[in-house]
Amino acid sequence: MLRGKQSWWFENKPVIIGAATVVGPDEGEGPLASEFDLVHPELDMQQKSWEKAERLLLEQASEFAIQNAKMDKSGINFYVGGDLMNQIISNSFAARSLGAPYLGVFGACSTSMESLAIASQLVDSGAATHVMAGTCSHNCTAEKQFRYPTEYGSQKPPTAQYTVTGAGAAIVASTGEGPVVECATIGKVVDLGITDPFNMGAAMAPAAVDTIQAHFNDTGRTPGDYDLIVTGDLAGVGHPIAKDLLMQNGVPMDHTEFNDCGLMVYDVEKQKVQAGGSGCGCSAVVTYGHLLKRIARGELKRVLVVATGALLSPLSFQQGESIPCIAHAVAIAAGKELSP
Amino acid sequence: MASKGNTSSPYKKMSMSPKEYQAFAKEKEPPRSVLGNCVKAFLVGGSICLVGQAISELFVHLMNMTPEEASNPTVAVLILISVILTSLGVYDKLAQFAGAGSAVPVTGFANSMCSAALEHRSEGLVLGVGGNMFKLAGAVIVYGTVAAFFVGIAHLILGTGGQ
Repeated sequence: MLRGKQSWWFENKPVIIGAATVVGPDEGEGPLASEFDLVHPELDMQQKSWEKAERLLLEQASEFAIQNAKMDKSGINFYVGGDLMNQIISNSFAARSLGAPYLGVFGACSTSMESLAIASQLVDSGAATHVMAGTCSHNCTAEKQFRYPTEYGSQKPPTAQYTVTGAGAAIVASTGEGPVVECATIGKVVDLGITDPFNMGAAMAPAAVDTIQAHFNDTGRTPGDYDLIVTGDLAGVGHPIAKDLLMQNGVPMDHTEFNDCGLMVYDVEKQKVQAGGSGCGCSAVVTYGHLLKRIARGELKRVLVVATGALLSPLSFQQGESIPCIAHAVAIAAGKELSP
Repeated sequence: MASKGNTSSPYKKMSMSPKEYQAFAKEKEPPRSVLGNCVKAFLVGGSICLVGQAISELFVHLMNMTPEEASNPTVAVLILISVILTSLGVYDKLAQFAGAGSAVPVTGFANSMCSAALEHRSEGLVLGVGGNMFKLAGAVIVYGTVAAFFVGIAHLILGTGGQ
């Protein structure tokens, strides 16, 4: 049900009964390598195109998620997913293999939490009992579509980010064992006029701030209610900006651990990823791989994932438009208790 | 149950105007070492030219060409090396280090065409490779030709009268 202006409170406690992540070689060399279900040693995954490789990631992630949930794919009522490709082809093609009724969504890199929020809402409202949310990105498809050919020699500035090769899928159910989706805050599009596509962290930071504040206003919670708050892919430049802005606005972010999936997925010092990770897969693999496992291990009780997305297209930035950004927040907690 | 949504926010709203925010974000950008990049570009670009000079000398001394005759096969060899390095996935990594040092020589031009051709092979030989090969290099050719035209005009008027 609606809580405050833009948040959904899930009274019926939808449960994430299974999730899975599949990643590429760079993520496999990162600090979270052991948390992923499958690490591909090569970027092409023996496929004929980068696009096919990205689709394979998602197909495998959804397959593993169904296995981890100990169910059959015929039990999935709806599949909600999206990605960065034009016309979200990775998801539409993967949904073809899955065969479940499908809702394609697009929120750029915020798609991970957008799809999870919608899946939880469908389950909470009784529109479904089992909904899968999924998303994926591939470094080379993103380079090809948004920047230059992958082998083109251009120097990237230190503000640039490295698109995560990975896919994550989670199955939300009305009953079962697992972490609970408590509430979600749907973000507004925020655009403070940043035009540099090589500095998306700075472009997206205000959107993350807007959604985080809206979340606290709507739910009455404070940062201290969370063991961990992560942004999706603000990385080395955007994340400190978001923290500064929140502190300036009087949000006590020092009462919680505030991190960023783009800084967690890679060893930013050692791996050549400029400011850190980005892409739909970034927040998806960190949330569904790392954070859900930490909740299961009892290391975290409640986390807020604020997935951030830059809603630009190659056309819009070539035409000199600024970068509209969005962030969606989903609160995930251990067990079945819904406490204040 | 959590408390109901607050009607008044305990936190301040974002008060920065887009202009103020852009200035604030600019401050947060990690500095780019212009001097360091220039030195790296000079060293790598210079090394590529040195290799080119060595190839040219080989043609002159081993195949008895004049320096003028040697220039075309030298460029061809450099292009070949660049295409091989691009195909092996090395050239883009070199470029991240070298910046303009690997972009400006003829090897950079070859890299721009080869990388586009490789990237779009999956869309077929005609629409993929053929249609996209000049995606990046096309701009260089167009504006190179335009620049040559104006230099030619200037040369005609101010220079040796077209001689």
